[in-house]
Amino acid sequence: MNRAVAGPTPSPELGQLGMWIFLGTELLFFGGLLVAYLFGRVHWPQGFGAASRHTDVVLGTINTGVLLTSSAVVAFGLACTEHLAHRRWTGRLLWLTAALGMVFLAIKGIEYRKEWHEHLFPGPAFALADVGGAELFFWLYFVMTGLHALHLVIGISGVAALAWGAGRGRPWAAARHVEAMALYWHFVDVVWIFLYPLIYLVERHS
Amino acid sequence: MNGDTDARLSANFRLLAESASTVAQDADLLFTAMLILCGVVALGVCIAVVFFAVRYRQGARVARGNVERHLGLELGWTLVPLALFIVLFAWGAHGFVRLYRVPPDALPVYVVAKQWMWKLQHRNGKREINELHVPLGQPVHLLMTSQDAIHSFYVPAFRLKQDLVPGRYTGLWFTATQLGEFRLFCAEYCGTEHSQMLGRVVVMNPGEYARWLGSGNEQPSLAQYGFARFRQLGCSGCHAAGSTVHAPALEGLIGRTVHLQDGRSLVADENYVRDAILLPKKDVVAGFEPVMPSFAGQVSEEDIQALIAYLRSTAQPAGAPR
Amino acid sequence: MSYLEDGMTLRSWLTTTDHKRIAILYAISITAFFFVGGAAATLIRLELATPVGDLVSHETYNKLFTAHGVIMVWLFLIPSIPSVLGNFLIPLMIGARDLAFPRLNLLSWYLYMAGGLIILAALALGGVDTGWTFYTPYASMFSNSWVAVTLVGVFVTGFSSILTGLNFIVTIHMLRTPGMGWFKLPLFVWAHYATSVILVLATPVLAITALLVTAERLFQIGVFDPAHGGDPLLFQHLFWFYSHPAVYIMILPAMGVVSEIVPCFARKRIFGYRFMAYAILGIASIGFLVWGHHMFVAGQSLAASMVFSLLSFVVAIPSAIKVFNWTATLYKGSIRFDAPMLYALGFIGLFTIGGLTGLFLASLSLDVHLSDTYFVVSHFHYIMVGGSVMAYFGALHFWWPKVTGRMYSDIWARIAAVLIFLGFNFTFFPQYILGVQGMPRRYHAYPAEFQVLHLMSSAGAVVLALGYLLPLFYFAWSLRAGRAAADNPFDATGLEWQTASPPPTHNFDSPPSVPGQVYDYDPGRPVRAAP
Ligand code: HEA
Ligand code: HEA
Ligand code: HEC
Ligand code: CUA
Ligand SMILES: [Cu+2]
Repeated sequence: MNRAVAGPTPSPELGQLGMWIFLGTELLFFGGLLVAYLFGRVHWPQGFGAASRHTDVVLGTINTGVLLTSSAVVAFGLACTEHLAHRRWTGRLLWLTAALGMVFLAIKGIEYRKEWHEHLFPGPAFALADVGGAELFFWLYFVMTGLHALHLVIGISGVAALAWGAGRGRPWAAARHVEAMALYWHFVDVVWIFLYPLIYLVERHS
Repeated sequence: MNGDTDARLSANFRLLAESASTVAQDADLLFTAMLILCGVVALGVCIAVVFFAVRYRQGARVARGNVERHLGLELGWTLVPLALFIVLFAWGAHGFVRLYRVPPDALPVYVVAKQWMWKLQHRNGKREINELHVPLGQPVHLLMTSQDAIHSFYVPAFRLKQDLVPGRYTGLWFTATQLGEFRLFCAEYCGTEHSQMLGRVVVMNPGEYARWLGSGNEQPSLAQYGFARFRQLGCSGCHAAGSTVHAPALEGLIGRTVHLQDGRSLVADENYVRDAILLPKKDVVAGFEPVMPSFAGQVSEEDIQALIAYLRSTAQPAGAPR
Repeated sequence: MSYLEDGMTLRSWLTTTDHKRIAILYAISITAFFFVGGAAATLIRLELATPVGDLVSHETYNKLFTAHGVIMVWLFLIPSIPSVLGNFLIPLMIGARDLAFPRLNLLSWYLYMAGGLIILAALALGGVDTGWTFYTPYASMFSNSWVAVTLVGVFVTGFSSILTGLNFIVTIHMLRTPGMGWFKLPLFVWAHYATSVILVLATPVLAITALLVTAERLFQIGVFDPAHGGDPLLFQHLFWFYSHPAVYIMILPAMGVVSEIVPCFARKRIFGYRFMAYAILGIASIGFLVWGHHMFVAGQSLAASMVFSLLSFVVAIPSAIKVFNWTATLYKGSIRFDAPMLYALGFIGLFTIGGLTGLFLASLSLDVHLSDTYFVVSHFHYIMVGGSVMAYFGALHFWWPKVTGRMYSDIWARIAAVLIFLGFNFTFFPQYILGVQGMPRRYHAYPAEFQVLHLMSSAGAVVLALGYLLPLFYFAWSLRAGRAAADNPFDATGLEWQTASPPPTHNFDSPPSVPGQVYDYDPGRPVRAAP
């Protein structure tokens, strides 16, 4: 196959625009879930409030910090691709990003474990069975954070691959790919910024 | 539906379904107007296409040439349809709003749909299945819900249709203007025997209707039955005047404004009462503890409708609005 | 060397990244699905020839129309024009060598096939009986059929749509040949651009909805089921938020096709090019705001119904502009009636009728009567079959010489076009009357008074089926024995006609020259002798 002839000339904007459009898609994907959440919140204001109080706001806040830091790190990594002199930093910073992603997942895992012990997984043994709407809240909580975690796993794999490639100067770890990946990473971060108040901060004041 | 009625109904076949309710005439008028307008437009477009196609066919001796932009023309055929559309919208909306204004003296009938039958109850407790008897010339208000999937109450001759959604009440009112029997269809797909979920509406003279309603009805009235259930289920244990439990009084509840614990307030309607019984934790009344248990599983849809009928009957007299 | 000869093994086809070959892969699979869906339609019409439900059981009937709807919508019509012709033509029309992401394009096809096979598997294992709309709580609680598997199939095909849309948008933005400005793009490309935006923004909502229904079915999470405190109407909102824009996914590419064919065979510049382009964007954007017109009698609030009704009228304005501009394009033209033109003219008439009946449905007080009757069935078949499928066939005939390098029998093609037009009206016009009389849809058996019209409809369907079978034969004949086609047999102006028929693998041997004006036809100029 003479793909080289048939393929379009790669230009940096191509992948970037593609990633933006893909993120638009993702936004509406999560948007559907947010609508379902909104519905629950309006119909079960008390149930959602009560359920939210059972989430671990400390771990959630720490995780928000971790993710925000990782976003900053990946941005630095990208900036380092611009100067030949800084390029070796790109790989290192990307590794750091992936590591922070892992930390996030680990903390999330601890949280899930805690919730499992507190019987907060929907099902027959659900702890808040008598609070209307609490079960729905936890369903949406697990679906939303689960999907977010899935996106993060994909992100970590991508960033790690780029980190590995950048360290070895592979051509496919070029700046335009790092840029697209960074966009994706920021997006995953932004989704979390939306989820964080919805999950942890509903009716925290009372 | 038995074969006899079926044959009779089939004999009434018309090209356009007969119109037998007060809204039917309005709907038909709009339909006719749209038919004429859209017919003219469709015909116009088709004639123009055919005419141009024939006149400007290749080889014909006619003047040809590209036409310059013509802003006036383009704006014209954007703005004229827009104006027409706004008129059509307003007309349709006008008729639609009427369906939401239930006359206060409408005769209530309670409808529960299930796979695949219609269960109807009149105020005096008389029950029917797949048949609805109504008096001529008197508004009738159906309060409807479903026990399983979504169904839709459709009487073509009345030009009326309303979905019955599980978990909430929907309403439909009409005034029949013609004696006779009319088909009732389920119009929302609801499973295997959706197409068998048929029935009929029988419109009778008011005198005849009263006789029919009274005959062979040993049942207590719906409100009485509701009151009996109110006691059997133990509602009265908390809600009765002398109860030791701190629970709100329910007399005349429907139509009243209720203030909730979380600061919202709403007007109590049938849906609100329904939720209070099945999902008591959803809306807690201000000033009360949420101790009321859920009765989900213990009460049937018919029970709830009877309880509603009972609560309605407790409305303060002196012309309090319903 | 043409793209068809560039590698002759099956493997070279299944691993190709050439947009033209991927288009062919789509064409073959879509045709197969069309006939599966058509077979279901044939059985539906056979059953409805008599009022008693005697040919198949209730359950089978319900599974038939569900299979018909699901296959026709997601496996045939949504991918038809975009994935086959859009894929093939967009790079050629803008002078590019391929789409922006050739490998993603191939992945789209594999996803489409995977989704399609999952859906077929669900049908083979026992079928689904929910209707293509999957309304909850029936679909989530009461149906004993393969709902979850089907939804997974729909989910997967959805991602194929998204990737195709993404690919088109990037391609149209970035890979236009120098000199090809936005207002020099053929309307076909504009239409695909707008379609892609809808694909990318609406499809994910369908995906998440399918996911939620599947979860609801497996675990009763209580989003849609009132018994668990959910709201069935929430599902309808989410579903139609996708599915109304999706109907414009099905019609916009068809409009693009007609906008290519009409000027070519009228030898005239398209009337009001800019208005046409803006109309496309108008339909795509306002189309996102009208979904509630499917729920007028479902129990949504009065205010919501009012807004959705008004917007439904507004979204018809750009369609009106298009119809009038096509008609005006004919004026003072020099019109030839080759098969593609017959399909395009048929499209204009049938789309107009289908669209106008959409206005009846958008009128609140009329929809109360007409909703969920055969009037609706007829409305959407007029647009989707009379409109989109007509245009798809027109497009197949118009670009067939370019795609295959061979001509077909024009006489037979015209006979088929006329047959399809007549059969179509015969099948679906009676259904309008049925609807007005009150015949509900999705009925397996029906009261006897409706039989005459149903029988007419079934008879028409036979004619229609014959009409659809004909092209199979003369296209097959054309592949084997058709005359070799010239590079530009219809003397058309698009860039795709500047390259060889069939085009070489890299599309253009020499860079195409962008004409000074798009649709640069002149009715006075003599046409090169007809092929
Ligand atoms: C390609 C598919 C397609 C397209 C393009 C459309 C286009 C339109 N549709 Fe349709 N529709 C469907 C496919 C489509 N529809 C399907 C599949 C369903 C049923 C789904 C289901 O339940 O299974 C449906 C159902 C449906 C309903 C719900 C019916 C019900 O179930 O109760 C409504 C209600 O408003 C509606 C309205 C419209 C309108 C206003 C348009 C407009 O966009 C049409 C605009 C076009 C024109 C109006 C014609 C040209 C205009 C002129 C020539 C202007 C001049 C006119 C005058 C001045 C009067 N459609
Ligand atoms: C793109 C979409 C599309 C297309 C092309 C069609 C094409 C056709 N459809 Fe439609 N249809 C829908 C989309 C489409 N449909 C949808 C979405 C629904 C709603 C489903 C629901 O309610 O959930 C529907 C529902 C629907 C119904 C209503 C069922 C009901 O409510 O009970 C009917 C009834 O007449 C019908 C008929 C037809 C016919 C006769 C054709 C014809 O145009 C088809 C012609 C094609 C052929 C005939 C193929 C030729 C093949 C052969 C000749 C082989 C025959 C082989 C054997 C029989 C073994 N369709
Ligand atoms: C254990 C006591 C108890 C029982 C039994 C009980 N209720 Fe209640 N009910 C309450 C309390 C307390 C409230 C106020 C708090 C709330 O809204 O949950 C209430 C509220 C209500 C309301 C809303 C009242 C308002 O003013 O808005 C309705 C309606 C109602 N109950 C109906 C019923 C019916 C019908 C039954 C029987 C099927 C019933 N209740 C059984 C204690 C009870
Ligand atoms: Cu009940 Cu359809
Ligand atoms: Cu729509």
